[in-house]
Amino acid sequence: MKPLILLFEALGHRAIALFEEVGRFFYVLHSAFLWTFRKPFDFREWVRQMVRVGVDSLPVVGLTALFTGMVLALQTYRGFARFHAESFVASVVSLSLTRELAPVLAALMIAGRIGSAFAAELGTMRVTEQIDALYAMAVEPIQYLVVPRVGAATIMLPFLVAFADGIGVVGGYSVAVGLMGANPVVYWEKTFQYLDLNDLFSGLIKAAVFGLILAVTGCAKGFFTTGGAEGVGRSTTSAVVMASLVILLSDFFLTKILF
Amino acid sequence: MERKSSSSRETPKIAVIDLWKSFAGKDVLRGVDLQVWPGESLVIVGGSGAGKSVLLKHLIGLIHPDRGHVIVDGEDLACADPERCLAIRRKFGMAFQEGALFDSMNVFDNIAFPLRRHTKLSQEAIAARVRECLSLVHLSGIEHKMPSELSGGMRRRVGFARAIALQPEILLFDEPNTGLDPITAAAIDRVIVEMREKLPVTMVTITHHMPSAFRIADRIAMLRDGKIVAAAPPEVFRQLPDPYIQSFLAGQPLEEEVA
Repeated sequence: MKPLILLFEALGHRAIALFEEVGRFFYVLHSAFLWTFRKPFDFREWVRQMVRVGVDSLPVVGLTALFTGMVLALQTYRGFARFHAESFVASVVSLSLTRELAPVLAALMIAGRIGSAFAAELGTMRVTEQIDALYAMAVEPIQYLVVPRVGAATIMLPFLVAFADGIGVVGGYSVAVGLMGANPVVYWEKTFQYLDLNDLFSGLIKAAVFGLILAVTGCAKGFFTTGGAEGVGRSTTSAVVMASLVILLSDFFLTKILF
Repeated sequence: MERKSSSSRETPKIAVIDLWKSFAGKDVLRGVDLQVWPGESLVIVGGSGAGKSVLLKHLIGLIHPDRGHVIVDGEDLACADPERCLAIRRKFGMAFQEGALFDSMNVFDNIAFPLRRHTKLSQEAIAARVRECLSLVHLSGIEHKMPSELSGGMRRRVGFARAIALQPEILLFDEPNTGLDPITAAAIDRVIVEMREKLPVTMVTITHHMPSAFRIADRIAMLRDGKIVAAAPPEVFRQLPDPYIQSFLAGQPLEEEVA
């Protein structure tokens, strides 16, 4: 009897923790949404966060996209050569990049770069009472800290992904044409032949949703940090893990809905 | 402005009515009743873990009670409208234990923060007010230092300066001299007494440091086991026959706990 009770207890604790986690996520999402439309509007803070999320992430996202495009061209070229379909390499590269790889990989990189930073910042502010101090100064911490961060990530992710799409295609082109000896004119033509605006947009919509997810996860983890420096470390780690998992899971459902 | 006029004694500035709060099943506050009169300096003393910080955070609405009310100027802090809540909180200035300065901003920006946020003052007016607040805590000329460059005592005094920037009606001090050497602690007390003489404010301080309680209090309240067990002016408080209070004053362990 005893081990059974212990088992149920453990399961129960897990379940409660999971519900708490989900609750915090939606609490932060909901209150961030509400506070977005209240005065004052922190223009400077928005710009600062947008530069941080967007401009400062260009090198990381660019490099990721470049090599993803390159390896994609390399792999598909080798594979397609077996049944003489090399001319479709360009289409595969452009379609898989815009629809899937650029949004997901960029979001994962940004989750590591920005989601973790959000969690660490807000977590530190929580454990050193800076969030309480904001509150005591009659400044709503959700509005001042969370709204610009979530807004910036949601707006900038699509731009980053559009940039990644371009860089990735260039990467694929350079490998296929430069390394594998594909015909440059044909390759360029095939890149766009089967590419719809819809493919592009679905990728960008995904990007915005992923940006929202990673920013809200990071902010929620940081906002509810307890337990000093160790707690900040824990929040940061789990912000990245959670955001990455939720991005990958929601990717499937978004793909299902968007096509 | 006149202080401690006996006619204003009827309506307390802050009234705490039957306040209960528990964390993780443990009762921290168990029916606290307390009045803070306009213009007085109330010091709440009590042992570590008696719930002093929790009580102080209830006064400004940082923590919400499980049961009971906090009434500020006749208005319940547990109000429904978030914007009204912000307005009530603007009556407060709170000095946190370690200062809780924003570590991404220098001293000037820290003190200017509430001014920029809540007033339409010009740059010059803000600069003048920041200088005024800093001179009140005897820290002129450190505007461009970062919080990390300041000593513990200085950080707290900058925290005081930030707390008074908006000319609050009520000042709350969370353990203002815990962890400081006796000389710095006495200097902090002097700053608090001076602020009280120069500003028309009501003050609530929590501490377990009895010498400073006697230096800054008009009235001392003792919090024990989640309840206010005594509240009296310092000279009366010193004579109270309660063995716990006498042990606390003498800095000796309670007989019953030793045996």
